[in-house]
Amino acid sequence: MTETVNNQALFRYVLALGDDALILGQRLSEWCSAGPFLEEDLALANVALDYLGRARMFFEYAARVEGGGRTEDDLAFGRTVREYHNHLLYELPRGDFAFTMARQLVVDLYNVEYLSALSNSRDETLAAIAARCLKESQYHLRRSREWVVRLGDGTDESHSRVQKAFDELWGYTHELFKPDKNEQALTEIGVAVDCCEIREKWNRQFDAILAEATLERPDDGWAIDGGRKGIHTEAFCSLLAELQYMQRAYPGLEW
Amino acid sequence: MADIMLVPELLASRQVRRNNSDCVEVWKALDSIADPEIPVLSIWDLGILHDVQRQSDTVVVTITPTYSGCPAMDEIARNIRELVVEQCGLEAIVNISLTPAWTTDLISPQGKARLREYGIAPPRERGAASQPVACPQCGSADTECVSEFASTACKALYKCRSCEEPFDYFKCI
Repeated sequence: MTETVNNQALFRYVLALGDDALILGQRLSEWCSAGPFLEEDLALANVALDYLGRARMFFEYAARVEGGGRTEDDLAFGRTVREYHNHLLYELPRGDFAFTMARQLVVDLYNVEYLSALSNSRDETLAAIAARCLKESQYHLRRSREWVVRLGDGTDESHSRVQKAFDELWGYTHELFKPDKNEQALTEIGVAVDCCEIREKWNRQFDAILAEATLERPDDGWAIDGGRKGIHTEAFCSLLAELQYMQRAYPGLEW
Repeated sequence: MADIMLVPELLASRQVRRNNSDCVEVWKALDSIADPEIPVLSIWDLGILHDVQRQSDTVVVTITPTYSGCPAMDEIARNIRELVVEQCGLEAIVNISLTPAWTTDLISPQGKARLREYGIAPPRERGAASQPVACPQCGSADTECVSEFASTACKALYKCRSCEEPFDYFKCI
């Protein structure tokens, strides 16, 4: 990593990546003890655990970059609403199983491309984290692809539920491919990933899976963003309350 | 004629580091630290013990995590610190390093054998994904995958159609 990288900019970027992982991990963990059957309950909890591990690595690095004495826990549990910069797609409520797997397909396809690109980052730590996480995302993608195809090319009910899921979350997917100014600056110096570049490949793969699942690609008519600016959906507040409750009630709590 | 056993480069270079180390006794002491979930596997066998360096009265132990969310790493780090103090009388600093990225290739051949004896099917060789997983109980290749995730994130749940016993399979990653 060169000294010309602005610390603030890098901190912001790494923190956002940590937030993406933390918030999705938190949503997935809501399936624990609520899964449709035992194996899926375990599977979803394990995938959630992978995301929480990812969040830890990013937050730990962000804390080091900031160099202000905050720890990974302070970053995870101690910020206010507007300071979380995750993409909004991750904070949407888990919905039914079809919704969760639909969202997961979008995310896993994205992460496999994103992490492959990030493992070439000029920042060694980011590259190492990406290389570590890429293997897990490839595993996740196998699962979500299989489920979407099974649900789509399944019964009438499963087909309509997963189609509805994609229709409902579609407007939130565009944000994943829109970098903010901070990301763009870091992309130019080879640290961050150019998420616009991923879009084409993502589209092709996604369309292929949809076709196999006999589903239709939703219309592009609407788009919602704001995540990277800290402007969240209503669902975020209850997620945050649950996430932060213990640390807020018993500050400095340790197991 | 016996096959020459090939070892991944990372394991070979690690063995060289151990052989040439000025604190061989610390490496040896760490052989007794096992994975909390799989007590027959030491951190050496598992391939997560990467390096041991001596710096006057301190020992710096570098370990590489398996899965991102693996909760055992903190416990292993704690066990390492306690053991080094107790058995070698030295302070230990444990570095959890993300490079080199751990893969199942780094499980030593003895490690894989111990897994099988313990009842966990060891990970397949990379590129052998089409090969069936053999039942560690009866050896039959007539097995099926029940679930991609089992008792821990690193294992999948299989069932043997011959002896009808379930078993864990250590996933190849």
